[in-house]
Parts: sequence; structure tokens; C-alpha cells
Amino acid sequence: MNRIKQKLQEDKKILSIYFSAGYPNLGDTVKIIQDLEKNGVDLIEIGLPFSDPLADGPTIQESSTAALKNGMNTALLFDQLKDIRKTVSIPLILMGYFNPVLQYGVEEFCAQCEEIGIDGLILPDLPLDVYKEEYEGIFKKHGLINVFLITPQTSDERIKAIDEASEGFIYMVSSASTTGAKQGFGSEQSDYFNRIASMGLNNPQIVGFGISNAETFGQATQKAKGAIIGSAFIKYLTANGVDDISDFVKQIR
Amino acid sequence: MKSYHADERGYYGEFGGAFIPEMLYPNCEELRQNYLGIMEEPSFKEEFHQLLKDYVGRPTPLYFAKRLSEKYNTKIYLKREDLCHTGAHKVNNTIGQILMAKRLGKNRIIAETGAGQHGVATATVCALMGIQCVVYMGEIDIARQAPNVARMKMLGAEVRPATSGSKTLKDATNEAIRDWINNPVDTHYIIGSVVGPHPYPDMVARFQSVISEEMKNQLQEKEGRENPNYVVACVGGGSNAAGAFYHYLDVPEVGIIAVEAAGKGIDSGKSAATSALGKVGIIHGSKTLLMQTQDGQITEPYSISAGLDYPGVGPMHAHLYTSGRGEFISITDDDAMKAGLELCKLEGIIPAIESSHALAIFEDRKFNPDDIVVVNLSGRGDKDLQNYIDYFKL
Repeated sequence: MNRIKQKLQEDKKILSIYFSAGYPNLGDTVKIIQDLEKNGVDLIEIGLPFSDPLADGPTIQESSTAALKNGMNTALLFDQLKDIRKTVSIPLILMGYFNPVLQYGVEEFCAQCEEIGIDGLILPDLPLDVYKEEYEGIFKKHGLINVFLITPQTSDERIKAIDEASEGFIYMVSSASTTGAKQGFGSEQSDYFNRIASMGLNNPQIVGFGISNAETFGQATQKAKGAIIGSAFIKYLTANGVDDISDFVKQIR
Repeated sequence: MKSYHADERGYYGEFGGAFIPEMLYPNCEELRQNYLGIMEEPSFKEEFHQLLKDYVGRPTPLYFAKRLSEKYNTKIYLKREDLCHTGAHKVNNTIGQILMAKRLGKNRIIAETGAGQHGVATATVCALMGIQCVVYMGEIDIARQAPNVARMKMLGAEVRPATSGSKTLKDATNEAIRDWINNPVDTHYIIGSVVGPHPYPDMVARFQSVISEEMKNQLQEKEGRENPNYVVACVGGGSNAAGAFYHYLDVPEVGIIAVEAAGKGIDSGKSAATSALGKVGIIHGSKTLLMQTQDGQITEPYSISAGLDYPGVGPMHAHLYTSGRGEFISITDDDAMKAGLELCKLEGIIPAIESSHALAIFEDRKFNPDDIVVVNLSGRGDKDLQNYIDYFKL
């Protein structure tokens, strides 16, 4: 069974961490993944840096730009990850924009993921209809789960269609925004969290965007299965480097 | 018959579509569901055409350039978009989109701009309608286009610097898209070219199509025929070209010539000739040809003309190129500047440097003496005076 599906069956709230591969230093990728697992993180999203990350706020824009300057690219990331399954067993997802995947070749990209032991992809600018028509077969052939996003503006009808097309989890964007930590969640978010929870979807939801500490993690996971932290972790790495990742994870739970 | 227009899903052949994150889906979907219907409403048409006539100054003249024609031994007409209010064709689109935004109930406008022409055209229509306007502009462009920044401010717009990435047009576009993600309900994004996710390329092309609609009537009047032998236009993102080509796309006997900026030369590493240097990929929500690294990172283009300085090209043009329907020519900075100065001397018209690229083809691309060649003179050169002064040491 796909590691993502297996993990979601555990009776616990999922803590997922995102980081930009190649940041702060080009060679940090494997150490970050290993340390996150050691400290009890459930799922990791490895960010494939892109020159024009239009759904991201300043923090991830800067870490992407820095990673590219450090020399990160798709082929190098695959090379860094080639032995990752010898030491890491939690689910790993690659997250990035569609253009670098297209240039690598979608089939070849998916084949590499399978070989390494990547469990899923999040490509926010690969739309649902194009995925279904052109790429679903390739993803499935290589055992990859494609994760779709929903937002507070997504209509119920479309959420149902996305739920139908999903296997694994739905990435629930907490508010109408780009990525980046905010000051807590208001009543608008609780209404949205409640609304989605009451829809009885087939797939569990993991909340992302705006989660930065124990408080927001708790709020986000009251109804949802888990939550994703990205920008706050990157800010931590910027300030503290990669030596004490446990300190960051401990302050979340 | 094969059509070179967008299909229902916004594809021109394999190009176009809407490769957007879910956060943008409701905005784009609202627009997609409504744009054709709104454009068909009699009240919309009436208001649009009234403003184009009384405010923009349309129809713009189709001028027979006698001395230029003599020099190149063919019949050259200039479509005088440079005479539009604000100095370029850009305002045709912003008038259309501001009326669209009003009908969609939006009360805040955002836009991106490179050199500032589209920003000025957007700030202008926002002032006209009394609607709040925010224009994103790369930090580097703000520094080198001070007069247009001042114009936008005088017109009441807020100019926000884009400080990410390369701090130019593509980053200003990213920032505008991010603003739209953060303001999904009350805001309309006025994209300035035939780029971006469906329905933008088709909608902007339709608003600009007034250019070729007028050409047809004017040629009929002057030459007794609607169709020229060739239509020539410069292409950055490609909105003036889309408007000039629009009604001729499916008329095979009309040759379509798109002129891109070669910058310092195609192989110099400082160029914006997307058809020659680009590969299929995704930029700003559209599948098209774009300049990028082997790894799929979008690269920074170069042209002396800020309006042609875009790493992609609209999906319509990508399709015209790959299908062979369009002839693509690239022109260097030097040849464009020379052609710009030549138009001043021969016809008494100072063209925008963008349009000078289109005028520069006559040096090498020869036409028959009885060919009718219409060049879309997309903008005037006032904004480029400093560039002309520096280049020619005037």
C-alpha cells in the first residue's frame, strides 16, 4: 500500500512539513528529511524550487530563489534522494510547479519518483481536467498519488469532483492567500473548517497555509486530519540552520 | 476549416488553457463563464464603442506612407494606433476590461506593467470610472521608467514595486497574480496582453480586434478590397499583433508577419525572440512557447524595447509560429532604432521602439511593388525619447 494511505490510517493528527530542496545549503536535503522523521514528523513535502512560484508568499519565494542560486535542479534533487529509502520510511511528497516537471518529461519524472520511493506529487498549477485527461494514467502506473488543493472559495460541486479524483488526502488551503504564516485563524476559518468537515468527503483533509505554531496547528487539526507547515519552518532554518531541527518540531507538538 | 482562433477551452492548437493553482480557479472561472455573454450585451457594445470613439479617438487612421513606400518599392500602410489616447493600442483592452469589471461587480483593479504603458492605460480607465487601481511594476522598471510612474500616480493609481525574482515584467505579473489570490472576491485583474490563463488571451484579443476590423473597412475604402497582402506587427506578449491579425487569422491569402525583438542578436544571450529561443512550457497560467533553462526555470529576456521584453509569447502566436500560419522575423536593437529614426525622417512620425521593430523588416524582407502591406504602428515614441536621445546621442 502507498505510504501516504497507510499513514492516514493511523489514529493520530498528521504533522506535515514542507521545505525547499537545496535550502539553506545545496546539500541539506537528506539531513533535513532524516531529522524531521527522527523528531516525529509524519509526512514531508520536498519543494522543487521554481523561478516563478506564483502561489507562494515572500518566504518560499526567497528560499526557492536561494535554492536555485545554490544550484538546485530536478536532476540533482533526484540524485540526492536516490538512497533516501535506506534511511527514511515516512511518506515523501514532491511539491512544485508544473513547468520543471514538463521539461523533465512527465513520464520520466514519475518513473524517477517511483524508483526513489516518492509517494505523491503536489503540483498546484496542474489543473484537475488536464491531469485527468493527460496524466492520471502515468501517475497511477508509477504508484504516485496526486494531491489536489481546495480553498474557501472552491464551490461544493468542485470540492466533490476533486474528492472524486483524489486518493490519499485533500490539501485544504486555509484562506484566500499565498503561502506564509499569519496571526492565527478567525471565525471565517472555523466556518470553513466546519463546512468542509460536514461534507462527508471520502478523503481526509490536511490543512495548509498560515500554520506556524502549536496554536494554529491545534486549530487547523480540530476537524481536519492534519496540517502542513512550510514558511514557518523555512524561517526557522534561515535563522537557526539545520543543526537543531528537533527544537522546531517540539514547539509544534 | 482549421481555425487559428481559440477553441471553447481556450486552446490555440496545443497552446493556451488555464494552468492555474486552485486559488485562482474561482476568479478565472467567473470570468470564463461571463466574458462572452457580457461582450455580446447590446449595452456593453454600445458603451465600449462610444468610449473607443469619443475617449480613445477611434477609428485610428489607416495612413498610406508614401515616402516609406517609395523607398521600399511596395505599398505600405500604417495603422495609427500611436494616435490613441495614452499613446498606444493598450487602452483598447483596458477600456474593455474596466467595463467588464464593472459588470462583474468588482470595485478594485490590479494590473502589471513593464515599461508602464499598460499601467498608464489601466490607471487612465480607473480614473475615468472612479475605481481603485493598484499597478505592480518591477523595481528595476520603476527606476528606468520614471515618467510613466509619475503618470500613473497623477492618474490616482498606487504603484507597488515588485521586488521578487528579476524585478521586471514577469515578476510584476507574478505579484499581480499573488494579489488576486489574496483578493479573490472584489478585485479584477486587467492583464495587459494576450497572455495568462484562459479566458485572458481570447478576451484581450477580442478587445484589440477593433484594430483589424477598422483596417478592413479602411482598406475597402482606399483600395477597394478588405484584405491586404500582408499584416505586420511586433510581438512581445502579442496584444497589438493579436488585434491586427484577428480578422485575418482565417483568411489564408493574407500573410501574417510577427516581428520579435532579437535584442543584441539571437545567439547573444541577450534577446527576447521567443519563437526562436523558446520551448513549450507553462508561464503565467498558459501553455505556450517561453524562454527557459533546460531545467524549466524561466529566464530573463532582453530587448531595448521594454514592451517586447517578455520571456513568453501569447498562445495564439505560439500556434501561428508552430503551425506555419505566421511568418516570424526577429529584429535587433540596432536595426529597430535605425528604422524608428527613418520613419521620423520620411514620414514625420516618431514611433515607439516596439513598433520600430515591425518597421525594420523592410530592409531585408522584400515585397512586390503592388503588394499592400499594413504595419500596425502600435505606439508613439514620446515614452522612448530618453532611449532615442541616448542611442543617437541627440
